[in-house]
This record gives sequence, C-alpha cells and structure tokens, in this order.
Amino acid sequence: MSDHSNAHSHGTMNQLMTGFAMAVVLTLVPFALVMSGVEMDRTLLIGIIMGLGGVQVIVHLVYFLHVNSKVEQGWTLTATIFAVVILGIVLAGSLWVMHNMNANMLPMDHDALMGGQGIGLSPEVDHSNMPGMDHSTTGN
Amino acid sequence: MANDAINPYLGPVSPIFGRLTWDWIPYHEPILIGTFAGVALGGLVVLALMTKFRLWGPLWRDWVTTVDHKKIGIMYMVLGFIMFVRGFADAIMMRAQQALAAGGAEGYLPPHHFDQVFTAHGVIMIFFVAMAFITGIMNFVMPTQIGARDVAFPFLNNFSFWMTVAGALLVNISLFIGEFARVGWLAFPPLSGKDFSPGPGVDYYIWALQIAGVGTTLSGINMITTIFKMRAPGMKLFDMPVFTWTTLCANFLIVAAFPVLTATLALLTLDRYVGTHFFTNDLGGNPMMYINLIWIWGHPEVYILILPIFGVFAEIAQTFSGKPLFGYKTMVWATISIMILSFLVWLHHFFTMGSGANVNTFFGIATMIIAVPTGVKVFNWLFTMYKGHVRFEVPMMWTIAFIITFTIGGMSGVMLAIPPVDFQLHNTLFLVAHFHNVAIGGVVFGVYAAVAFWWPKAFGFKLDDRWGHRSFWLWVIGFYLAFMPLYALGLMGATRRVNAYLDIGWQIYFVVAAVGVVFILAGILCGFYGMFYSVMHRKELACGPDPWNARTLDWATSSPPAPYNFPQTIHVRGLDEFWRMKKEGFKWSTHYQPIHMPHYTAAGVLLAAASLVFGFAMVWWMWWLAALSFVAILVIAIGHTFNYNRDYYIPAEEVAEIEAKGAAA
Repeated sequence: MSDHSNAHSHGTMNQLMTGFAMAVVLTLVPFALVMSGVEMDRTLLIGIIMGLGGVQVIVHLVYFLHVNSKVEQGWTLTATIFAVVILGIVLAGSLWVMHNMNANMLPMDHDALMGGQGIGLSPEVDHSNMPGMDHSTTGN
Repeated sequence: MANDAINPYLGPVSPIFGRLTWDWIPYHEPILIGTFAGVALGGLVVLALMTKFRLWGPLWRDWVTTVDHKKIGIMYMVLGFIMFVRGFADAIMMRAQQALAAGGAEGYLPPHHFDQVFTAHGVIMIFFVAMAFITGIMNFVMPTQIGARDVAFPFLNNFSFWMTVAGALLVNISLFIGEFARVGWLAFPPLSGKDFSPGPGVDYYIWALQIAGVGTTLSGINMITTIFKMRAPGMKLFDMPVFTWTTLCANFLIVAAFPVLTATLALLTLDRYVGTHFFTNDLGGNPMMYINLIWIWGHPEVYILILPIFGVFAEIAQTFSGKPLFGYKTMVWATISIMILSFLVWLHHFFTMGSGANVNTFFGIATMIIAVPTGVKVFNWLFTMYKGHVRFEVPMMWTIAFIITFTIGGMSGVMLAIPPVDFQLHNTLFLVAHFHNVAIGGVVFGVYAAVAFWWPKAFGFKLDDRWGHRSFWLWVIGFYLAFMPLYALGLMGATRRVNAYLDIGWQIYFVVAAVGVVFILAGILCGFYGMFYSVMHRKELACGPDPWNARTLDWATSSPPAPYNFPQTIHVRGLDEFWRMKKEGFKWSTHYQPIHMPHYTAAGVLLAAASLVFGFAMVWWMWWLAALSFVAILVIAIGHTFNYNRDYYIPAEEVAEIEAKGAAA
C-alpha cells in the first residue's frame, strides 16, 4: 500500500493545478471583498475572511502537502487531525478562559475612575472597556 | 548577593561586558563560596584523573561525538543524576531552613536566597532531571524494542543532548555569576517582568529553557519518526511493546506542547528586552495570558514525564510476573486517552485566579476524568501480577512501591480537582505534597526501577542486589516521612515557598519532613554506592543478554549491545516477539551482511557550545558576543550540511568477529 501511495506522494500536475486554482480563488475573493468596499456588516466580513482562510488551509493540506487517508497507513491524516484538535482546544479554550476571567474580575473601569465614580461595580459589565477586550488599543 | 542594592537599569552598561560587573560575583556569600570551592576542587580532581589515565581522547571520540542512541541515552542518565544531586542539595537547604525558622527564628537563608533556591529546585528537577531521565530511558530502550539500529536522525539526537547540557550549564553558571530567578519555577509575570525582576536571574531562566527546549523538541520529532519509520519488518503498531507506545504518546505531547512554551517565553523575552507589553497591564497586555499559556504547556508536560514511566512499569510488571501484560490493548488506549485529555485540564492549576463557576466546573470534571484511564492502568498492572510467579527483584519492588504511592498521590490530585476544595488548598503545602507524591512516587521511583532493570543490558552486569534493596527501603521510608507531614501542614494552612513562619505548632511537622530528607539522602547515597560497588564487582555480577527472562526485543541483543544492536534484521510476527523467538529456540544465522551505520560528528557539541555562549551573552547584554556566537551557530550548522562523509559500512567479517566475542562472553 505504501509503495502505491509513495509513487504519488508528490502529486500529479492535475492535482497541483487544481489546488493552485482553488488557492487563487480563495485569496482573490476576500481581497476583492475588502478592496471593493461592499456594504457589509464588519463582523460578517471578518467571519467570511476567516472562514475562507480556514478552507485555504485545508486546500493546502490536501493538494500541496498531500494529506489523505492512504499515505503512511493513514498516519499523516491522523497526525493532522490530532494537530487540529489540539489547536482548536488551545485557541477556543484560551478565548473562553480569558473572556470568562475578564468578565469575572471586574477590572477598574478607566473612564468611571476618571469620572470619580469609583471602580465598576455594576453587574452589567461592559466588555469593551476591559484589558484585552478594548479594540481601540489592541485591535491593531 | 548584594543584588538588592544593584539596579542594572541605572548602572552603566559596558560595551564589552554588558551589565556584568564585579558586584555580580557573590564572593561575600559564604555558602556560595563553599559550594564553588567544592565544585572547583571536585572538578580539578576529575580533570587530573582524566589526564592521568589519558581519558580525554576516548571521551571525545567514543562519547562526546557519538551518534549511537545507547550512548546518548546513557549520557542523558548521567546528566540527570548530576543535576539530581544539584536539585536535591536545594531540597536539603529548603527543608533545613523550614525546620529551623519557626516562631520568629530566621533560619540561615535570607528570603532572596531562599527564593532562588526553590526556583532553581523546581526548574532543575523538571527540566534537567526528570526530562533528562525520561529522554535517556526512551533513547536507550525504544529503538531496540522496535528492532531498529538507531534513531531516525542520529546526528539530531546528539545535537539534542548537547543542547540540553548547554541549558543545564547555563542554570549552574548562574550560581556563581550573577543570580538565578526568584520567581518560582514557572516565572509568572508581572513578578518575572523587568519592573519587578530587573536582574539577570529571569534571563538565565529564559535562555536556559529556550536552549534546552530546542533539544527537547527536536528529540520529540526524532523519536516519533523513529517509531513510525524504523520498526522491524512485520511489526504493526499494535505489535509494539507498551513502553514504545507510551514513548510515542509522550513525544506527541512534546511536539504539540513545547512550541507553546517556546512562544510564551519568547513573548516574555520581548517584554523584558524590547519593552513590549504582552504580559503587563499597560497597553492592553494581560499577565493572566501568560499563566494560561504556560499551563497549556505545563499540564501536558507532567504527562510527558509520567507516560514513559507508566511504560517502564508495564515492562517490569510483565517480566517479573512471568506473564504477558494484562489488557495490552486497554493499556494502549488508556495511554492515548490520557494524551488527549492532558490538553483539556490546564485550568485546574489556576482555579482561584478569577474564572467563573462554569469554567472551573468544566476543568474540574475533565481533570477527574483523567483518573479513569489512569485507574485502568493501575488495575492492569495489578492483574498482570495476579496469579503470576512474581519475583521480588529490585525493579519489581520499585514497581509495587510506585503503584501504592502513585495511587495515594492520584487521590490527593482528584481532591485538588474539586474547585471548592482547591480554593482552600491552592498554594499550600498540600499541593506541594501532592505533586511530589506523583513526581517522586511516579517518575523518580520509575527511573530507579528502569536503571535497575536495563543496567544489565547497558553494561553486561547486574547491579548489586543488597545495595539496591537498601537504597529502595531508605528511599520509600524517606519519601513518606518527608511528604506526608506536608499534607497535614497544607490542611493546617501552611503556604508553599515561605522561608519562615510564626506558628511553632507547625515546626514538628517540618522537622519530621527534614528527617525524611535525611533518609532519602541515605537512599541516594546507597544507590550511588551500589553502582560503584557493582562496577568494582562486575566480574561476579556479569550476566547474559537476557538476565530477567524478558519478553521484548530489547533483550534479544547482546549485553552490552553491539553498535548496530541486531546483527540481522528481525521479522516480527506479533506482540512479545522475543518471547516467541526464545520458545522456538531462535539463533542468529552466521551469514552476516555488511551493516550500514552513521558516522560520529562533533557538529552537535560545537553548536551547543555556541548556543551556550549566545545564551550567556544575551543574559548579560553583551551584544557583540551574542551576535558573534549567533553567526557561529549559523556557520557551524551550514558547514555541517557540507559534510558528505555521513555513513559507513561495518564489514561482514567485523560483524562476525563482534558476534563471536559476544557469544563467548
């Protein structure tokens, strides 16, 4: 089995060109969306760009790095899935943990402090004023 | 250590020596001067003896430049034991200080020195003792268990080892030049940031770990590739011995987790060197992000240490029970489950640091779930012994002590996994007792078991039994005396990392713990003396290739194994291949083929030496030296790629000669 897959481990020209075409399309679409300045919700736009980026990663893995269920008795695919799972846990977990801490720690509200109203004791916590959540300072 | 008086940010930075001045040499610290004198004297004696017996050439040719996985494995063990003595000396100092400093007494260690001691103890014991030991055992055993001649990348293996040594040297240099970090073994900011730790201590910490981390990551890649690519023909994954499986999972964890450590420390480095604010509260930074990231590495790290040791105990339990391992497949799947779950529990290290009930509950339950596959393993070891002809040799004694001790440590771990309980016990000595219970009861006992088990394979003679048993009993008694009182102290509210306390009611517990450390010291000395005694009596203790009647391929080689391990390729038909071979009366054929082997090379040790200089220069802000050594690293690395003389063949006649000699001995 391994002999068979090794013969194709660098992929055929057809595969490479398919991958290349898909990569180009997946790059041009978000580029065009931003450059043309379409009327669109900013969050949705970011979501589309991130989503297409994710698809782009899969295209690279499949067409350029030749990850499939046959190479190396399926271990290449298994290792990739393992990496993706760990990456997902680390990213999603960190976001969840840090967001939860920010929401719980009731950090000092800068504007409220300046206004002499003491630290933010309101149960309705405004996330935009928290360290790490303040897009005006970290968003760039 | 008049470091408190020095503010390096105010002092002049010399273009040549950076911020290194005479004030950083601790010549007014009697303890350090004494240590330095001892180390210097001991070093001189070793140098003199080596010169007298003309050992420099053989050391360089046969060991320093070696790419043989067995020799590299043995060197990792030597590094581990040397650093273990250093880390244990720190432990004695802490136990003595805490036994003395009750009710207003100050003891003999000032706080800034005590803080360096506990930081150095933790860093050394995890990174340069436990990691060195498990990497050494994996290096020595795993390739022979899968019927391979060496690891997949022999040069990389040598390079990884010397990078680990370079990191260890950097930590030890900090003892006599400058200071070590005073921030605990994980260096949480903002304490480890430049505002609160302006001295070179944290920089020593960062560069030592980064340099050693290169070695660890590369070694992880090397081992995984070896297991996937170098197995003897016919050996399917589910034909691999359990130790090889646990090695595979531990190295998957290394490759997945160590980059997180590298990246986190790199961000801390930027905060300290170029003034970024990743982990300070200014400009949107957040110290909790460091704690989050470092534990995403830190929790898998403890499983990196314990998984291979689980494998060691499985090999020993089946060998000395004279039975195949009970539940081989469940053992493998339990290992794989632990590998995944170990990435889902990191927050239990900081339940008290601001997370809400839902987050804490999730991570608390995930932590408790890990006890399930671990419990599966414990029962598998017990059922392996059940109705077996158990031989109570030294490795088996360590295994039984491990099962009992580790279970106690595991149970206190499940207690700590309950968030409300953790709110009471966080940062107390209860936690310290818990993790020493699993780290000593697991890793250290496992290393002693592995050394006793594979020593005959490495050197061709057994370790002396009496000294082995003495060391074992002193160690086990000492462990319980030293750490059970800490559970009680923790429940009474004694926090960790204190150099003095007011409640004299606590003192008796600290005194008992200090007595326990004396027992452990005696156990360590008996262990070392046992090695010395066995070397002296190696003629009487000599043994054949399979002294324990074992089941796996690592025992099919001669003892010590020839450089090429196996004179012929083995065709594997299933689990416990060596057992089957023995039953069928297997003999090596006398028709030998030339064997393809890698050449030794000095590139690894040179690269590591340049990295050590680079790390030292970065710590002291000697920018010219840092640039120079960095260029040296690049030049040596690129130069090595032009070395085409990588391999050679051992001719068939020489193989026949070696094998004839091995059969006669």
